[in-house]
Amino acid sequence: MQVIQVKNLTKKFGNFVAVNDISFSVDKGEVFAFLGPNGAGKTTTIKMLTTLLLPTSGEILLNGHNPVIEPYEVRSSFGIVFQDPSLDEELTALENMEFHGVIYKVPTDVRRERIEQLLKFVELWERRNDFVKNFSGGMKRRLEVARGLIHHPKILFLDEPTLGLDPQTRNHIWNYITDLNKKEGMTIFFSTHYMEEAEKIAQSIAVIDNGKIIDQGTVKELEERTKTSSLEEAFLKLTGTNIREEKASGTDRMRIRRRLHRR
Amino acid sequence: MNTIYILWLRQLKRYSRSKARIIGSLGQPILFLVALGFGLGPVFQRAGEGNYIQFLVPGIVGMGIIFTALFSGIEIIWDKKFGFLKETLVAPTSRLEIMIGRTLGGATVASLQGLIILLLSSLLGFRPYDTMLLPLALVFIFLIALFFTALGTAIASVLEDMQGFQLIMNFLVMPLFFLSGALFPLEGLPKSLQFVAGIDPLSYGVDGLRGTLVNVVHFGLATDFLVLSAITLIVLGVGSYLFSKIQI
Repeated sequence: MQVIQVKNLTKKFGNFVAVNDISFSVDKGEVFAFLGPNGAGKTTTIKMLTTLLLPTSGEILLNGHNPVIEPYEVRSSFGIVFQDPSLDEELTALENMEFHGVIYKVPTDVRRERIEQLLKFVELWERRNDFVKNFSGGMKRRLEVARGLIHHPKILFLDEPTLGLDPQTRNHIWNYITDLNKKEGMTIFFSTHYMEEAEKIAQSIAVIDNGKIIDQGTVKELEERTKTSSLEEAFLKLTGTNIREEKASGTDRMRIRRRLHRR
Repeated sequence: MNTIYILWLRQLKRYSRSKARIIGSLGQPILFLVALGFGLGPVFQRAGEGNYIQFLVPGIVGMGIIFTALFSGIEIIWDKKFGFLKETLVAPTSRLEIMIGRTLGGATVASLQGLIILLLSSLLGFRPYDTMLLPLALVFIFLIALFFTALGTAIASVLEDMQGFQLIMNFLVMPLFFLSGALFPLEGLPKSLQFVAGIDPLSYGVDGLRGTLVNVVHFGLATDFLVLSAITLIVLGVGSYLFSKIQI
Protein backbone atom coordinates (compact mmCIF):
# COMPACT_ATOMS: atom_id res chain seq x y z
CA MET A 1 0.00 0.00 0.00
CA GLN A 2 1.25 3.45 -0.87
CA VAL A 3 1.14 5.88 2.01
CA ILE A 4 2.55 8.85 0.10
CA GLN A 5 1.61 9.47 -3.53
CA VAL A 6 2.87 12.48 -5.41
CA LYS A 7 1.77 13.21 -8.96
CA ASN A 8 3.17 15.96 -11.19
CA LEU A 9 3.91 18.18 -8.22
CA THR A 10 5.15 21.67 -9.07
CA LYS A 11 5.99 24.69 -6.93
CA LYS A 12 6.89 28.07 -8.37
CA PHE A 13 8.02 31.13 -6.48
CA GLY A 14 7.47 33.89 -9.02
CA ASN A 15 9.49 32.84 -12.04
CA PHE A 16 11.64 30.43 -10.08
CA VAL A 17 10.56 26.80 -10.35
CA ALA A 18 11.65 25.16 -7.08
CA VAL A 19 9.95 21.84 -7.71
CA ASN A 20 9.31 20.88 -11.31
CA ASP A 21 6.67 18.29 -12.09
CA ILE A 22 7.84 15.47 -9.83
CA SER A 23 6.09 12.18 -9.18
CA PHE A 24 6.97 9.46 -6.72
CA SER A 25 5.40 7.21 -4.14
CA VAL A 26 6.36 5.72 -0.80
CA ASP A 27 5.07 2.38 0.46
CA LYS A 28 3.66 1.94 3.91
CA GLY A 29 6.35 0.97 6.40
CA GLU A 30 9.12 1.88 4.00
CA VAL A 31 12.28 3.83 4.79
CA PHE A 32 12.54 6.34 1.98
CA ALA A 33 15.50 8.63 1.38
CA PHE A 34 15.10 11.89 -0.51
CA LEU A 35 18.52 12.96 -1.68
CA GLY A 36 19.74 16.00 -3.52
CA PRO A 37 22.32 18.78 -3.43
CA ASN A 38 21.60 22.05 -1.63
CA GLY A 39 18.76 23.97 -3.20
CA ALA A 40 17.49 20.96 -5.16
CA GLY A 41 13.94 21.30 -3.85
CA LYS A 42 13.94 18.79 -1.00
CA THR A 43 12.71 21.09 1.73
CA THR A 44 10.14 22.74 -0.54
CA THR A 45 8.74 19.30 -1.36
CA ILE A 46 8.62 18.32 2.30
CA LYS A 47 6.86 21.60 3.13
CA MET A 48 4.18 20.85 0.55
CA LEU A 49 3.75 17.31 1.86
CA THR A 50 3.38 18.63 5.40
CA THR A 51 0.76 21.33 4.63
CA LEU A 52 3.12 24.28 5.20
CA LEU A 53 3.14 25.33 1.54
CA LEU A 54 0.48 25.09 -1.12
CA PRO A 55 1.57 23.45 -4.38
CA THR A 56 1.36 25.47 -7.60
CA SER A 57 0.01 22.39 -9.34
CA GLY A 58 -0.03 18.62 -9.06
CA GLU A 59 -1.52 16.28 -6.53
CA ILE A 60 -0.43 14.85 -3.20
CA LEU A 61 -2.05 12.06 -1.25
CA LEU A 62 -0.71 11.43 2.22
CA ASN A 63 -2.27 8.54 4.09
CA GLY A 64 -5.13 8.88 1.63
CA HIS A 65 -5.69 12.59 2.23
CA ASN A 66 -4.91 15.64 0.16
CA PRO A 67 -2.99 18.29 2.19
CA VAL A 68 -4.69 21.12 0.29
CA ILE A 69 -8.22 19.89 0.95
CA GLU A 70 -7.88 18.01 4.24
CA PRO A 71 -4.93 19.55 6.08
CA TYR A 72 -6.22 18.39 9.45
CA GLU A 73 -6.34 14.70 8.48
CA VAL A 74 -2.92 14.98 6.91
CA ARG A 75 -1.45 16.66 9.99
CA SER A 76 -2.82 13.88 12.17
CA SER A 77 -0.88 11.35 10.11
CA PHE A 78 2.68 12.62 10.32
CA GLY A 79 5.42 13.93 12.55
CA ILE A 80 8.34 16.01 11.40
CA VAL A 81 11.83 17.01 12.42
CA PHE A 82 12.61 20.20 10.55
CA GLN A 83 15.86 21.12 8.95
CA ASP A 84 15.94 24.53 10.67
CA PRO A 85 15.61 24.95 14.41
CA SER A 86 12.02 25.12 15.60
CA LEU A 87 12.34 25.07 19.38
CA ASP A 88 11.18 27.79 21.72
CA GLU A 89 14.44 28.92 23.26
CA GLU A 90 12.74 30.75 26.10
CA LEU A 91 11.26 27.49 27.34
CA THR A 92 13.04 24.59 29.02
CA ALA A 93 13.70 21.28 27.27
CA LEU A 94 10.90 19.64 29.23
CA GLU A 95 8.47 22.46 28.45
CA ASN A 96 9.21 22.16 24.74
CA MET A 97 8.49 18.43 24.94
CA GLU A 98 5.31 18.97 26.98
CA PHE A 99 4.09 21.59 24.55
CA HIS A 100 4.49 19.19 21.66
CA GLY A 101 2.80 16.34 23.51
CA VAL A 102 -0.19 18.53 24.36
CA ILE A 103 -0.77 20.02 20.92
CA TYR A 104 -0.48 16.54 19.43
CA LYS A 105 -3.09 15.32 21.93
CA VAL A 106 -0.97 12.53 23.39
CA PRO A 107 -2.73 11.24 26.55
CA THR A 108 -1.10 12.59 29.71
CA ASP A 109 0.31 9.31 31.09
CA VAL A 110 1.73 8.19 27.73
CA ARG A 111 3.12 11.68 27.24
CA ARG A 112 4.97 11.73 30.57
CA GLU A 113 6.36 8.27 30.01
CA ARG A 114 7.55 8.89 26.47
CA ILE A 115 9.05 12.26 27.29
CA GLU A 116 11.12 10.75 30.09
CA GLN A 117 12.15 7.82 27.93
CA LEU A 118 13.09 10.01 24.97
CA LEU A 119 14.93 12.64 27.00
CA LYS A 120 16.94 9.90 28.65
CA PHE A 121 17.55 8.38 25.26
CA VAL A 122 19.06 11.58 23.83
CA GLU A 123 20.83 12.15 27.15
CA LEU A 124 19.10 15.37 28.00
CA TRP A 125 17.06 14.17 30.98
CA GLU A 126 19.50 15.68 33.47
CA ARG A 127 19.23 19.00 31.63
CA ARG A 128 15.46 18.91 31.22
CA ASN A 129 14.84 22.02 33.29
CA ASP A 130 17.44 24.13 31.53
CA PHE A 131 16.42 26.75 29.01
CA VAL A 132 16.96 25.69 25.43
CA LYS A 133 18.79 28.97 24.74
CA ASN A 134 21.63 27.65 26.89
CA PHE A 135 21.97 24.44 24.85
CA SER A 136 24.68 23.77 22.28
CA GLY A 137 23.76 23.16 18.65
CA GLY A 138 24.05 19.40 19.02
CA MET A 139 21.90 19.35 22.14
CA LYS A 140 19.19 21.36 20.38
CA ARG A 141 19.26 18.95 17.47
CA ARG A 142 18.92 15.97 19.80
CA LEU A 143 16.03 17.62 21.59
CA GLU A 144 14.36 18.36 18.30
CA VAL A 145 14.62 14.75 17.16
CA ALA A 146 13.32 13.52 20.52
CA ARG A 147 10.40 15.92 20.30
CA GLY A 148 9.42 14.70 16.84
CA LEU A 149 9.12 11.17 18.20
CA ILE A 150 6.75 11.82 21.12
CA HIS A 151 3.52 11.12 19.30
CA HIS A 152 4.55 8.04 17.24
CA PRO A 153 3.11 9.19 13.91
CA LYS A 154 2.25 6.95 10.98
CA ILE A 155 4.70 8.81 8.78
CA LEU A 156 7.80 10.49 10.09
CA PHE A 157 9.49 13.23 8.05
CA LEU A 158 13.09 13.92 8.88
CA ASP A 159 14.67 16.83 7.03
CA GLU A 160 18.40 16.36 7.52
CA PRO A 161 17.84 15.20 11.10
CA THR A 162 21.46 14.37 11.84
CA LEU A 163 22.97 17.59 10.52
CA GLY A 164 25.75 18.70 12.84
CA LEU A 165 25.67 15.64 15.07
CA ASP A 166 28.70 13.47 15.84
CA PRO A 167 28.81 9.90 14.47
CA GLN A 168 27.95 8.42 17.90
CA THR A 169 24.76 10.42 18.21
CA ARG A 170 23.86 9.86 14.59
CA ASN A 171 24.18 6.15 14.99
CA HIS A 172 22.24 6.21 18.23
CA ILE A 173 19.35 8.17 16.70
CA TRP A 174 19.14 6.07 13.54
CA ASN A 175 18.99 2.92 15.64
CA TYR A 176 16.02 4.32 17.51
CA ILE A 177 14.28 5.38 14.32
CA THR A 178 14.81 2.10 12.47
CA ASP A 179 13.55 0.35 15.56
CA LEU A 180 10.33 2.37 15.45
CA ASN A 181 10.07 1.57 11.76
CA LYS A 182 10.28 -2.14 12.46
CA LYS A 183 8.20 -2.32 15.62
CA GLU A 184 5.43 0.10 14.74
CA GLY A 185 5.61 -0.05 10.96
CA MET A 186 6.24 3.67 10.88
CA THR A 187 7.00 5.02 7.42
CA ILE A 188 10.20 7.06 7.41
CA PHE A 189 10.77 9.80 4.85
CA PHE A 190 14.11 11.48 5.27
CA SER A 191 16.59 13.72 3.54
CA THR A 192 20.29 13.77 4.29
CA HIS A 193 23.66 14.73 2.90
CA TYR A 194 25.32 11.72 4.53
CA MET A 195 25.23 9.12 1.78
CA GLU A 196 26.36 6.30 4.04
CA GLU A 197 23.25 6.88 6.20
CA ALA A 198 20.99 6.55 3.19
CA GLU A 199 22.93 3.56 1.92
CA LYS A 200 22.61 1.81 5.25
CA ILE A 201 18.97 2.31 6.13
CA ALA A 202 16.96 3.42 3.08
CA GLN A 203 14.97 0.78 1.24
CA SER A 204 14.11 3.18 -1.52
CA ILE A 205 15.78 6.35 -2.75
CA ALA A 206 14.82 9.29 -4.93
CA VAL A 207 17.46 11.71 -6.17
CA ILE A 208 16.27 15.23 -6.89
CA ASP A 209 18.22 18.00 -8.58
CA ASN A 210 17.12 21.40 -9.85
CA GLY A 211 13.56 20.59 -8.87
CA LYS A 212 13.40 17.38 -10.95
CA ILE A 213 13.63 13.78 -9.80
CA ILE A 214 16.47 12.37 -11.84
CA ASP A 215 16.46 8.80 -10.64
CA GLN A 216 14.73 6.56 -8.12
CA GLY A 217 15.01 3.01 -6.90
CA THR A 218 16.93 0.91 -4.38
CA VAL A 219 20.58 1.55 -3.64
CA LYS A 220 21.47 -1.43 -5.82
CA GLU A 221 19.42 -0.22 -8.75
CA LEU A 222 20.97 3.25 -8.60
CA GLU A 223 24.46 1.80 -8.47
CA GLU A 224 23.76 -0.55 -11.36
CA ARG A 225 22.25 2.13 -13.54
CA THR A 226 25.14 4.52 -12.95
CA LYS A 227 27.74 1.71 -13.05
CA THR A 228 29.22 2.76 -9.72
CA SER A 229 30.01 0.85 -6.57
CA SER A 230 28.69 3.16 -3.85
CA LEU A 231 25.72 5.46 -3.37
CA GLU A 232 28.02 8.44 -3.01
CA GLU A 233 29.57 7.81 -6.40
CA ALA A 234 26.17 7.19 -7.92
CA PHE A 235 24.91 10.42 -6.41
CA LEU A 236 27.83 12.42 -7.76
CA LYS A 237 27.46 10.86 -11.17
CA LEU A 238 23.77 11.74 -11.24
CA THR A 239 24.01 15.29 -9.92
CA GLY A 240 27.47 16.31 -11.12
CA THR A 241 30.34 17.66 -9.07
CA ASN A 242 29.54 21.37 -9.24
CA ILE A 243 29.03 23.06 -5.91
CA ARG A 244 25.57 24.56 -5.63
CA GLU A 245 24.80 28.00 -4.47
CA GLU A 246 21.77 28.47 -2.35
CA LYS A 247 20.17 31.85 -2.31
CA ALA A 248 20.02 33.19 1.23
CA SER A 249 16.44 33.93 2.10
CA GLY A 250 15.32 36.78 4.31
CA THR A 251 15.02 34.26 7.11
CA ASP A 252 18.63 33.20 6.87
CA ARG A 253 19.81 36.77 6.85
CA MET A 254 17.76 37.50 9.92
CA ARG A 255 19.12 34.44 11.72
CA ILE A 256 22.65 35.50 10.99
CA ARG A 257 21.91 38.99 12.23
CA ARG A 258 20.46 37.67 15.42
CA ARG A 259 23.39 35.39 16.00
CA LEU A 260 25.79 38.29 15.59
CA HIS A 261 23.66 40.40 17.85
CA ARG A 262 23.79 37.80 20.60
CA ARG A 263 27.55 37.71 20.77
CA MET B 1 -9.11 23.17 24.76
CA ASN B 2 -5.74 21.91 26.00
CA THR B 3 -4.10 23.44 22.96
CA ILE B 4 -5.52 26.83 23.83
CA TYR B 5 -4.37 26.44 27.43
CA ILE B 6 -0.80 25.42 26.57
CA LEU B 7 -0.43 28.28 24.10
CA TRP B 8 -1.79 30.70 26.69
CA LEU B 9 0.59 29.30 29.28
CA ARG B 10 3.52 29.68 26.91
CA GLN B 11 2.83 33.40 26.49
CA LEU B 12 2.61 33.85 30.24
CA LYS B 13 5.82 31.96 30.88
CA ARG B 14 7.69 33.95 28.28
CA TYR B 15 6.38 37.17 29.80
CA SER B 16 7.12 36.36 33.43
CA ARG B 17 10.65 35.24 32.50
CA SER B 18 11.66 38.39 30.70
CA LYS B 19 12.00 40.78 33.59
CA ALA B 20 13.82 43.23 31.35
CA ARG B 21 10.82 43.38 29.04
CA ILE B 22 8.38 43.96 31.90
CA ILE B 23 10.43 46.76 33.40
CA GLY B 24 11.38 48.18 30.01
CA SER B 25 7.82 48.50 28.88
CA LEU B 26 6.83 50.15 32.16
CA GLY B 27 9.42 52.89 31.76
CA GLN B 28 7.74 54.83 29.00
CA PRO B 29 4.23 54.99 30.49
CA ILE B 30 5.60 56.00 33.88
CA LEU B 31 7.71 58.71 32.26
CA PHE B 32 4.64 60.05 30.47
CA LEU B 33 2.68 59.96 33.70
CA VAL B 34 5.28 61.81 35.73
CA ALA B 35 6.38 64.34 33.09
CA LEU B 36 2.96 65.18 31.69
CA GLY B 37 1.00 64.55 34.87
CA PHE B 38 3.03 66.86 37.04
CA GLY B 39 4.22 69.09 34.21
CA LEU B 40 0.83 69.97 32.78
CA GLY B 41 -1.11 69.44 36.01
CA PRO B 42 -1.14 73.10 37.11
CA VAL B 43 -2.28 74.36 33.67
CA PHE B 44 -5.02 71.73 33.58
CA GLN B 45 -6.15 72.78 37.04
CA ARG B 46 -6.20 76.46 36.10
CA ALA B 47 -8.30 75.64 33.05
CA GLY B 48 -10.88 74.32 35.49
CA GLU B 49 -10.59 70.66 34.42
CA GLY B 50 -9.57 69.31 37.83
CA ASN B 51 -6.73 66.99 38.73
CA TYR B 52 -4.67 66.04 35.63
CA ILE B 53 -3.12 62.92 37.18
CA GLN B 54 -6.62 61.55 37.76
CA PHE B 55 -7.51 62.35 34.17
CA LEU B 56 -4.28 61.01 32.70
CA VAL B 57 -3.95 57.64 34.46
CA PRO B 58 -6.64 55.81 32.42
CA GLY B 59 -4.97 57.07 29.24
CA ILE B 60 -1.57 55.88 30.34
CA VAL B 61 -2.95 52.50 31.38
CA GLY B 62 -4.38 52.27 27.86
CA MET B 63 -0.98 53.18 26.46
CA GLY B 64 0.76 50.44 28.42
CA ILE B 65 -1.80 47.92 27.23
CA ILE B 66 -1.64 48.71 23.53
CA PHE B 67 2.14 48.67 23.40
CA THR B 68 2.35 45.28 25.11
CA ALA B 69 -0.66 43.84 23.27
CA LEU B 70 0.42 44.82 19.78
CA PHE B 71 3.88 43.58 20.50
CA SER B 72 2.57 40.22 21.75
CA GLY B 73 0.65 39.81 18.53
CA ILE B 74 3.60 40.82 16.43
CA GLU B 75 5.77 38.27 18.20
CA ILE B 76 4.33 35.81 15.68
CA ILE B 77 6.85 37.22 13.22
CA TRP B 78 9.63 36.04 15.51
CA ASP B 79 8.04 32.64 15.80
CA LYS B 80 7.74 32.57 12.04
CA LYS B 81 11.36 33.48 11.55
CA PHE B 82 12.87 31.38 14.27
CA GLY B 83 10.93 28.29 13.41
CA PHE B 84 8.64 27.74 16.35
CA LEU B 85 5.53 28.66 14.37
CA LYS B 86 6.17 25.72 12.02
CA GLU B 87 6.06 23.39 14.99
CA THR B 88 2.58 24.65 15.88
CA LEU B 89 1.31 24.87 12.32
CA VAL B 90 1.97 21.22 11.43
CA ALA B 91 0.26 19.96 14.58
CA PRO B 92 -3.17 18.35 14.22
CA THR B 93 -5.01 21.31 15.74
CA SER B 94 -7.08 23.92 14.01
CA ARG B 95 -5.41 27.20 13.31
CA LEU B 96 -8.34 28.90 15.01
CA GLU B 97 -7.36 27.20 18.29
CA ILE B 98 -3.75 28.30 17.85
CA MET B 99 -4.84 31.84 17.11
CA ILE B 100 -7.21 31.93 20.11
CA GLY B 101 -4.62 30.51 22.52
CA ARG B 102 -1.98 32.96 21.44
CA THR B 103 -4.33 35.92 21.45
CA LEU B 104 -5.71 35.12 24.90
CA GLY B 105 -2.15 34.70 26.19
CA GLY B 106 -1.04 38.01 24.72
CA ALA B 107 -4.17 39.74 26.01
CA THR B 108 -3.60 38.37 29.52
CA VAL B 109 -0.02 39.59 29.49
CA ALA B 110 -1.06 43.04 28.25
CA SER B 111 -3.81 43.22 30.90
CA LEU B 112 -1.27 42.42 33.61
CA GLN B 113 0.94 45.18 32.27
CA GLY B 114 -2.01 47.59 32.46
CA LEU B 115 -2.75 46.52 36.02
CA ILE B 116 0.85 47.06 37.08
CA ILE B 117 0.69 50.61 35.69
CA LEU B 118 -2.56 51.17 37.56
CA LEU B 119 -0.96 49.99 40.80
CA LEU B 120 2.14 52.10 40.27
CA SER B 121 0.05 55.17 39.54
CA SER B 122 -1.63 54.83 42.91
CA LEU B 123 1.84 55.48 44.35
CA LEU B 124 1.80 58.77 42.44
CA GLY B 125 -1.44 59.76 44.10
CA PHE B 126 -4.05 58.27 41.78
CA ARG B 127 -7.32 57.25 43.48
CA PRO B 128 -10.15 55.46 41.68
CA TYR B 129 -13.48 57.24 41.97
CA ASP B 130 -15.38 54.16 43.13
CA THR B 131 -13.67 50.86 44.04
CA MET B 132 -16.93 49.04 43.29
CA LEU B 133 -16.43 49.89 39.63
CA LEU B 134 -12.93 48.35 39.48
CA PRO B 135 -14.18 45.00 38.10
CA LEU B 136 -15.80 46.93 35.25
CA ALA B 137 -12.50 48.69 34.66
CA LEU B 138 -10.91 45.25 34.42
CA VAL B 139 -13.36 44.33 31.69
CA PHE B 140 -12.25 47.35 29.69
CA ILE B 141 -8.60 46.60 30.35
CA PHE B 142 -9.08 43.09 28.98
CA LEU B 143 -11.11 44.26 26.00
CA ILE B 144 -8.45 46.78 24.96
CA ALA B 145 -5.79 44.11 25.41
CA LEU B 146 -7.76 41.57 23.37
CA PHE B 147 -8.45 43.96 20.54
CA PHE B 148 -4.87 45.09 20.11
CA THR B 149 -3.37 41.61 20.48
CA ALA B 150 -5.73 40.37 17.78
CA LEU B 151 -4.77 43.37 15.64
CA GLY B 152 -1.08 42.59 16.15
CA THR B 153 -1.69 38.97 15.20
CA ALA B 154 -3.53 39.98 12.07
CA ILE B 155 -0.73 42.33 11.04
CA ALA B 156 1.97 39.78 11.86
CA SER B 157 0.23 37.16 9.74
CA VAL B 158 0.83 39.20 6.60
CA LEU B 159 4.24 40.71 7.45
CA GLU B 160 7.33 38.84 6.31
CA ASP B 161 9.89 40.15 8.77
CA MET B 162 10.52 42.71 11.46
CA GLN B 163 11.44 45.41 8.90
CA GLY B 164 7.83 46.50 8.96
CA PHE B 165 7.78 46.77 12.72
CA GLN B 166 9.15 50.32 12.88
CA LEU B 167 6.55 51.33 10.34
CA ILE B 168 3.81 49.98 12.56
CA MET B 169 5.15 51.74 15.62
CA ASN B 170 5.32 55.10 13.86
CA PHE B 171 2.23 54.96 11.69
CA LEU B 172 -0.11 52.90 13.82
CA VAL B 173 0.72 52.72 17.51
CA MET B 174 1.82 56.31 18.00
CA PRO B 175 -1.14 57.90 16.14
CA LEU B 176 -3.58 55.52 17.86
CA PHE B 177 -2.24 56.59 21.20
CA PHE B 178 -1.85 60.33 20.67
CA LEU B 179 -5.18 60.79 18.89
CA SER B 180 -7.21 58.72 21.33
CA GLY B 181 -7.89 61.33 23.95
CA ALA B 182 -5.53 59.52 26.29
CA LEU B 183 -3.75 62.81 27.01
CA PHE B 184 -6.49 65.44 26.55
CA PRO B 185 -10.26 65.74 26.88
CA LEU B 186 -12.18 65.20 23.65
CA GLU B 187 -14.62 68.02 24.42
CA GLY B 188 -14.22 71.25 22.50
CA LEU B 189 -11.68 69.89 20.01
CA PRO B 190 -11.55 71.03 16.37
CA LYS B 191 -14.07 69.02 14.33
CA SER B 192 -11.40 67.19 12.33
CA LEU B 193 -9.52 66.00 15.40
CA GLN B 194 -12.77 64.98 17.03
CA PHE B 195 -13.60 62.93 13.95
CA VAL B 196 -10.22 61.21 14.01
CA ALA B 197 -10.59 60.44 17.70
CA GLY B 198 -14.00 59.01 16.91
CA ILE B 199 -12.56 56.38 14.55
CA ASP B 200 -9.63 55.53 16.83
CA PRO B 201 -10.50 52.28 18.66
CA LEU B 202 -8.33 53.24 21.60
CA SER B 203 -10.53 56.30 22.23
CA TYR B 204 -13.34 53.99 23.27
CA GLY B 205 -11.02 51.94 25.45
CA VAL B 206 -9.62 54.98 27.19
CA ASP B 207 -13.10 56.46 27.54
CA GLY B 208 -14.38 53.26 29.10
CA LEU B 209 -11.47 53.19 31.53
CA ARG B 210 -11.94 56.85 32.39
CA GLY B 211 -15.63 56.29 32.94
CA THR B 212 -15.07 53.38 35.30
CA LEU B 213 -11.99 54.74 37.08
CA VAL B 214 -12.61 58.46 37.46
CA ASN B 215 -16.22 58.91 36.37
CA VAL B 216 -15.41 61.12 33.38
CA VAL B 217 -16.95 59.91 30.18
CA HIS B 218 -17.25 61.21 26.63
CA PHE B 219 -19.00 58.56 24.50
CA GLY B 220 -20.81 56.75 27.32
CA LEU B 221 -19.87 53.39 28.88
CA ALA B 222 -22.41 51.36 26.93
CA THR B 223 -21.19 52.81 23.62
CA ASP B 224 -17.57 52.17 24.63
CA PHE B 225 -18.33 48.57 25.48
CA LEU B 226 -20.35 47.87 22.36
CA VAL B 227 -17.90 49.52 19.97
CA LEU B 228 -14.91 47.75 21.53
CA SER B 229 -16.61 44.35 21.56
CA ALA B 230 -17.79 44.69 17.99
CA ILE B 231 -14.42 45.69 16.54
CA THR B 232 -12.68 43.04 18.64
CA LEU B 233 -14.90 40.37 17.10
CA ILE B 234 -14.24 41.73 13.62
CA VAL B 235 -10.47 41.84 14.10
CA LEU B 236 -10.48 38.35 15.63
CA GLY B 237 -12.35 37.09 12.59
CA VAL B 238 -10.05 38.80 10.10
CA GLY B 239 -6.99 37.77 12.11
CA SER B 240 -8.05 34.13 12.19
CA TYR B 241 -8.59 34.18 8.46
CA LEU B 242 -5.19 35.74 7.76
CA PHE B 243 -3.53 33.42 10.25
CA SER B 244 -5.09 30.37 8.62
CA LYS B 245 -3.59 31.46 5.31
CA ILE B 246 -0.01 31.62 6.56
CA GLN B 247 2.45 29.68 4.44
CA ILE B 248 6.05 29.22 5.46
